Amino acid sequence: MGGMAAPQTVPVEVPDVDEVPEVDRAWVTIVWNDPVNLMSYVTFVFQKLFGYSRDKAEKLMLDVHHEGKAIVSSGVRERMEYDATRLHGYGLWATVDQP
Amino acid sequence: MTMFRRSGEECVATFAPQEAQVLRQCVAELAALLSDNPDPDDPAVERLFPDVYPEDPEEAAEFRRLTEEDLKAAKLDQAKTVLTDLLESGGEIRLGEEKADMWLRALTDVRLALGTRLGVEDETDIEAELDEAVGRDPTSSRVGQLSVYAYLSFLQESLVGALMD
Repeated sequence: MGGMAAPQTVPVEVPDVDEVPEVDRAWVTIVWNDPVNLMSYVTFVFQKLFGYSRDKAEKLMLDVHHEGKAIVSSGVRERMEYDATRLHGYGLWATVDQP
Repeated sequence: MTMFRRSGEECVATFAPQEAQVLRQCVAELAALLSDNPDPDDPAVERLFPDVYPEDPEEAAEFRRLTEEDLKAAKLDQAKTVLTDLLESGGEIRLGEEKADMWLRALTDVRLALGTRLGVEDETDIEAELDEAVGRDPTSSRVGQLSVYAYLSFLQESLVGALMD
């Protein structure tokens, strides 16, 4: 966010600026715990799809396992839908949300 | 029991004919479930195609309309890969990284469908379930399905292990 120094001289633009955070608020992909998928497999999928390190993927997998769910990626909505679809391709239970 | 091992760049396993037949039958059943207009109210189908927006049925339906055919085609493709690679007579299977990925996904879908039908939950101890089912009726289909589920879990674990080695 730059432009702090620029004096705001056109009032009409103010509502636009206000709307930006609403539009840009990050979406998330959530993976839910399920009783079938193997812990090793879930770790493998996180590494493969998101390029996460073994440690990070394992930590996420354990979060899913112990907490019941974990946020595995965040960003624009379309990207989250893409991630969820890829996760479904691997049989993980994924949903998209805007917290 | 057959398991995958790492050999150079490949994951390798040798299937006995009976194991190959069991695995082929499970995968063929999955392929049939996916092919014949999957019933959206079937819990196994629900698990294979989860709602992306569980709290917004309209958005979920729209997203499903846009993506479900592709997802179904991919799942069918994976199942058919296993059916093509694995002969009724069993034998050696050598999987490069891409093929191993296809097999892993197919094994996952088969286990998801079977696990849903068996009512597998987080606390479910498959060995204990199996003992109990055998005690009730050793010839029941539940005994067979639980044994197959345990076998598929073992097989998939070995493939993940071999791939990550």
